[in-house]
Amino acid sequence: MNTITAPAIEYLQLAPLLIVFGAGILGVLVEAFAPRYLRRAMHIPLTLLSLAGAFALVIVQTIKGVPTKPSAMGAVAVDGPTLFIWGTILVLAFISLLLLNDEDHFVPAASAVPGSAEEERALIEGNVHTEVYPLALFAIGGMLLFPASNDLLIMFVALEVMSLPLYLLCGLARRRRLLSQESAMKYFLLGAFSSAFFLYGTALLYGYAGSVDLAKISTALSANVGQDALLFTGAALLGVGLLFKIGAAPFQAWKPDVYQGAPTPVTALMASGTLVAAFGALLRVFWVAIGELDWDWSPIMWGVAILTMVVGAILAITQTDIKRMLAYSSIAHAGFLLVGVVAIGDAKQNATALAAILFYLAVYGIASIGAFAIVTMVRDAGGEAWHLSRWAGLGKRSPKLAGLFAFFLLAFAGIPLTSGFFGKYAVFQAAVAGGAVQLVVVGVVASAVAAFFYVRVIVLMFFNDPAPDGPTVVLPSWGTASVVGFAALATVVLGVFPQPVLDLAQSAAGSLFVR
Amino acid sequence: MTTHYLILSALLFAIGGIGVLIRRNAIVVFMCVELMLNACNLAFVTFARQHGNIEGQVIAFFVMIVAAAEVVVGLAIIVTIFRTRRSASVDDASLLKY
Repeated sequence: MNTITAPAIEYLQLAPLLIVFGAGILGVLVEAFAPRYLRRAMHIPLTLLSLAGAFALVIVQTIKGVPTKPSAMGAVAVDGPTLFIWGTILVLAFISLLLLNDEDHFVPAASAVPGSAEEERALIEGNVHTEVYPLALFAIGGMLLFPASNDLLIMFVALEVMSLPLYLLCGLARRRRLLSQESAMKYFLLGAFSSAFFLYGTALLYGYAGSVDLAKISTALSANVGQDALLFTGAALLGVGLLFKIGAAPFQAWKPDVYQGAPTPVTALMASGTLVAAFGALLRVFWVAIGELDWDWSPIMWGVAILTMVVGAILAITQTDIKRMLAYSSIAHAGFLLVGVVAIGDAKQNATALAAILFYLAVYGIASIGAFAIVTMVRDAGGEAWHLSRWAGLGKRSPKLAGLFAFFLLAFAGIPLTSGFFGKYAVFQAAVAGGAVQLVVVGVVASAVAAFFYVRVIVLMFFNDPAPDGPTVVLPSWGTASVVGFAALATVVLGVFPQPVLDLAQSAAGSLFVR
Repeated sequence: MTTHYLILSALLFAIGGIGVLIRRNAIVVFMCVELMLNACNLAFVTFARQHGNIEGQVIAFFVMIVAAAEVVVGLAIIVTIFRTRRSASVDDASLLKY
């Protein structure tokens, strides 16, 4: 008789994931059983403490030493890059949640038709959708699992666990609800479409290798010859799914719409956390599973990187909406990061490129949360003032706020003395060392174009006269204020003294991805 | 022969993909996505048979669960937008552009 042996699970290594998912489940129970007036008071400590606890466990794990083999029977790889990405995502998620925690970003009753009496009543009764906390926790849990997954099935499940709550969160904005609902629908339909591509790619690679384990796919590359059709089609479809999630051209169309329509704190979470998670997963698939095929995929990745940088930088110039402009800027940054993905080579070169990408992701994530936090504070009668013309002369009315925003924009542009400079420098340097000089030239030109539209906003804020009925700057809550303060501080410190975090990224990348 | 099943799976996937691109009703678009996921399932079980291991069959179960979860979220979003706009057409929802 066959006996079933229990799988060996390294609970300590997986503890950050388990804590975040556990807190998500507890959050659902709070929604089910706690009275309405108590829910918020219970969610806030639960959410923030679980993220802080998970972060502490990541640090404990880092100090104890990086595991050298995948855990949970090879399903999840908790290696150096994973730990760095986990730490980054948890910090970004923590500060996004402080932003999300602010009142009046979310609709009082999502099921009520906009403008109906039902909605009016919910507003007067002061209802809040406290479901956003568990939803955000599940999304964050998915973000943690996505870059750590060591087989394609876990990766697919993580992709969905990350995306499904985000689709819902996008549709919950309190104001401009038509835009918000539209963005949720677009994100959902396109996201589901792209994950179907990811899954079909997984199926074909399973057919090729007989396993969905990344390491086994990698070993099958040398063993199975003559089935190239399956392999290449599978890898291409998988790539489509992953490139969609990072918003690389030509799969970038969802990004401006979703970033604009979603509640701004959710946009901040997506612009930072999702991008970091998706890049981690992309690197793992392309470097571990089909890393031996780099001769075949890197020309395509070159094209995608160039197209992404150019599309992001040029279309951003034409934008008149601040959130759309930041979305296109995020597309351009995805392109700059792809330059690092192409810089694959021997182990030493890979470690340099990986460290550069990790550092870039961390600094870009923090700066973009800071920028979106400022967007939440500039308000019109109908909500946040998104149109760029409304931002004219903001520097004369509230110089501190406009100064901070200008600083974040300069960090995006990669001006020296901001963290963005070292991020970009590290990635481009790694790409030059990897022999992608032409790509770096395109990257530098795209950065210059991007710098143009960042500076244009700064000029608009400081050298134009404010409109008489201009937007008001709301006094930030302690949450928003601390988010902006932390982001600005991190951007300065990492711009002047980046060495500790660079060292951390280098030591995380030194061990590369475990197989 | 497993080849026939693979061809059927590829056909279903293509029909689903084309449906997503040309159909206008959000519900139908979504059903086309589900068709694509089912095409993936067919491919998984076929390859499981071909390789003689059980992994692909197990994956098919996971995919079904994920598809079910996707239905819950997707229908919630589509129904909300239908209640607001009295239309489930993906062309009507066009406030966000350029």
